[in-house]
Amino acid sequence: MSEVRVSIVGGSGYTGGELLRLLLFHPQVRIQQVTSERFVGKFTHKVHPNLRKATDLRFVQLAQLEPCDVLFLCLPHGRAMHLLPELQRKAERIIDLSADFRLNDPAQYAAWYGREHTHPEWLPQFVYGIPELHREAMRGARFISSAGCNATATILALFPLFKNDLVVVDRSVVEVKGGSSEGGNAPSEATHHPERSNVVRSYRPTQHRHTAEVEQELCIHGPVRVHLSATALDLVRGVLSTCHVFLKDDLDEKTIWKVYRETYADEPFIRIVKEKTGIYRYPEPKLLIGSNFCDIGFEKDARSRRLVVISAIDNLMKGAAGQAVQAFNLMHGFAETTALEFPGLHPV
Amino acid sequence: MNLTANCPICDAALNLAADTVQGELLECAECGTELEVMSTEPIQLQEAPQEEEDWGE
Repeated sequence: MSEVRVSIVGGSGYTGGELLRLLLFHPQVRIQQVTSERFVGKFTHKVHPNLRKATDLRFVQLAQLEPCDVLFLCLPHGRAMHLLPELQRKAERIIDLSADFRLNDPAQYAAWYGREHTHPEWLPQFVYGIPELHREAMRGARFISSAGCNATATILALFPLFKNDLVVVDRSVVEVKGGSSEGGNAPSEATHHPERSNVVRSYRPTQHRHTAEVEQELCIHGPVRVHLSATALDLVRGVLSTCHVFLKDDLDEKTIWKVYRETYADEPFIRIVKEKTGIYRYPEPKLLIGSNFCDIGFEKDARSRRLVVISAIDNLMKGAAGQAVQAFNLMHGFAETTALEFPGLHPV
Repeated sequence: MNLTANCPICDAALNLAADTVQGELLECAECGTELEVMSTEPIQLQEAPQEEEDWGE
């Protein structure tokens, strides 16, 4: 198969940099252009120094964007929906990594993002970007919307339980802990090093926007309500989602193992991590840095029907760029793991 | 011929060597539990006793 010509719109952010890193080593991809209004004319490795000697591409303006096969959009939330009518004339296929096309219902978008969607007619055309849930829809899809990082970790943790209708739907509480790169590379007073360093910052106890995606994807047997809180930790990369659910029946752990095994046994990027001995008995985000894995573990409370499900990802990989490349591979019929084989580092 | 059994902890399918003997210790590849072979005919596995350790922080 001939090379797929790919361009990245908004390539100076962390997600754009990760995409560039992955796609430079994808054997079926030729990166045509990377845009940045701020860094136009500069080498991409000036902004993404890990890519020195990997590429001599320079940033171009959006106005210079030429037709290609696939566009990855790594723009700030709210920008892609304005530009999509124009951008969809530049490429046959688009993968958007912002939040603009994740929600199917424009009323939900307005409720969670505080503004009306400018092009709600586009929403039904986008496939929600978690391959483990929408693999078939992604094959040959024209538009894919990558999922939020916290949402990805939480949905993958809970999907087997909701798919099998095993939990009380309005008693699910999720605590998500994430690193600073979740917030992108735009600085603020809150991200100033003396303020951000060493924090355990409860930054969104309720109303985290990713809640909408979680509820959308888990309402398999009817409406669900998930109560999600988010805490910022002193990490650069990584998400740990700790999900407390209450089982309808008092299932034992062997049955829970079976449920997760049946759902994820053939998934190349899902690992069940629940070990009785060793140092890393449950999912640990630091082991996933740079990898596309989502590790999932669980423990049943012997005193109640509470089941605690723990999942970990690298927010820039399985939570963003890695997930998008996995979707890209599915779109084109490439091996799903292409360019995503890196298993992470240890020790790190 | 290899013997088959299921992990008593996570129910994963296990392949045991044909020369497995009673008292042998093996490890489940999925949940990492150390298992003791209690008998070979029929195959019976049980979680091996572990030294208690304080894993709390």
